[in-house]
Amino acid sequence: MDKVLTVKNLSKVFGEGCPECFDLTGPEHDTNLCPRCGSIVAAHNVSFDLYQGEILGIMGESGSGKSTAVKCLYFDQPPSSGEAIFYDDGEQYDVFNLNAAQQRRLANHRFAMVYQNPHLGLNFDISAGGNIAERLLMSDVKNYAEIRSRAMRLLSRTEVQTERMDELPKNFSGGMQQRVQIAKALVTNPPLLFLDEVTTGLDLSVQAAILDLILEIQQQNKTAMIVVTHDLGVIRLLAGRTLVMKYGRVIESGLTDQVLEDPQHAYTQRLVASAL
Amino acid sequence: MSTSYPFGFLDEYAKKEIRRSTLKAVAIPGYQVPYSSREMPMGRGFGTGGLQLTLALIGKNETLKVIDQGSDDSVNAVNLRHFIEMTCEGINTTTKTEDADIVQSRHRIPEKPLREDQLLVLQVPYPDPLIVVEPSEDKRKMLHGEADYSRLLVKLYEDIVTFDEITISHRYPTRINDHYVIDPSPIPRWDVPKINQSKALILFGAGREKKIYAVPPHTKAEPLAFDDVPFRTEEFFDDHGQRRACRRCCCTSSYLDEFVDSTTGQKVYQCSDTDWCEQQMIQSIEIQKAGVA
Repeated sequence: MDKVLTVKNLSKVFGEGCPECFDLTGPEHDTNLCPRCGSIVAAHNVSFDLYQGEILGIMGESGSGKSTAVKCLYFDQPPSSGEAIFYDDGEQYDVFNLNAAQQRRLANHRFAMVYQNPHLGLNFDISAGGNIAERLLMSDVKNYAEIRSRAMRLLSRTEVQTERMDELPKNFSGGMQQRVQIAKALVTNPPLLFLDEVTTGLDLSVQAAILDLILEIQQQNKTAMIVVTHDLGVIRLLAGRTLVMKYGRVIESGLTDQVLEDPQHAYTQRLVASAL
Repeated sequence: MSTSYPFGFLDEYAKKEIRRSTLKAVAIPGYQVPYSSREMPMGRGFGTGGLQLTLALIGKNETLKVIDQGSDDSVNAVNLRHFIEMTCEGINTTTKTEDADIVQSRHRIPEKPLREDQLLVLQVPYPDPLIVVEPSEDKRKMLHGEADYSRLLVKLYEDIVTFDEITISHRYPTRINDHYVIDPSPIPRWDVPKINQSKALILFGAGREKKIYAVPPHTKAEPLAFDDVPFRTEEFFDDHGQRRACRRCCCTSSYLDEFVDSTTGQKVYQCSDTDWCEQQMIQSIEIQKAGVA
């Protein structure tokens, strides 16, 4: 299988940071707030590999650093340290050492992100079709008819009524907004997709439909995905491999079945037990 | 008329700074160069940007034309011309485009094509085309730096979706030399193609926003559009598909103003560029004379 992404020792500290930040925080200290300097260690030494067509789950309670890790990879926040290599068409990109324009290019052409809150991923002042058009225009598609037809195709694939593509997303239900966001993310056929709590806050039947859609995309497009969630059901359904994070550290990782059926770390055991 | 002010009203340091910024603007086509924009004895927003450029660039024995909406006689043009005459001793003014060394303008580019030895100064209210899609100047600078104008194109897309055509009537975003997109000041779409490969240097001065930018001679200027929905200029056709003509000079190739005749109450059309209209009339009279003789 082709490797898509390698992440090594990714760390993110909010605040000034001190030499002892990493030693004084983490699950064994039961905090992510450094007692010396007051910085927050949101993520530390996160490492993993991701292969084509694979879905990697990142699980943990809120504040565990799972979203931060993904936001660093999508250039929403610069990491404090660490390395990430993106493999694409025989090329390798040292993701964090590219300049701003190159990073934006990757984010627009090769990566995509679906946020928990559609307000982050969509512009609510322009139509659903316009939102999808924006992403196509960012990746240099300059033909109006082509933009229309591709946006329409994606919307029908994500089961948004295409008659409503020229409406503002604020007129849509939460589930539909999320579908528009997924359509926008997928319109450039990205080989790497980040999903940050995509089903949180949606009702169960809509959740199921969106999870189905994600699996379908994985099967058809061979898109590699990183799914961030605190929902064990989502992890069980989607992810082949799972990382469990707590206080910014990866405390357990492995095949999803293994992690959920035979959790090794006390925190994971509690997490799994509380869900069942 | 003489005053105790230095030539060009501004002190030498101010003029030097404007010239330096202008050079930078010419060197980086379409880039908005910040400058200090001195206080002028008129409100910002009344053409102080263009005025400062003209004052810094004009020299003795040079000839100036000032127009507003194509007309030499409108209030703004008359006042600016008067002020420059007062403060720049030894310059000449004209209403004839072809006699001018510097043309300062608001809302129009003269119909008569400018030459290499001429200079066009445009007064600009809003220099940044991205202001409609991004309120933060920091972020706008980044977007300009990375030449990311997708959000402007989304605006065009939304226009086509809603109205079946691009509805921007003036300040049409135009890409200079394949990188920076400029706001070409409130000129109508009609004038945008004149910027492309213009023989004359075109300078833009925004006094209130404190920016100078330029389109150097023979530089590519491309209005933003889609491959299959091209940019187009205004059309002046009547109900029968006939190109409307100017009621004074009968010209059918100029940008027309529409207004209501105060005696008949009917809509009439007339060249917006008054000098152009004048020259067309003189020409047709000469042709008539030649025909009679």
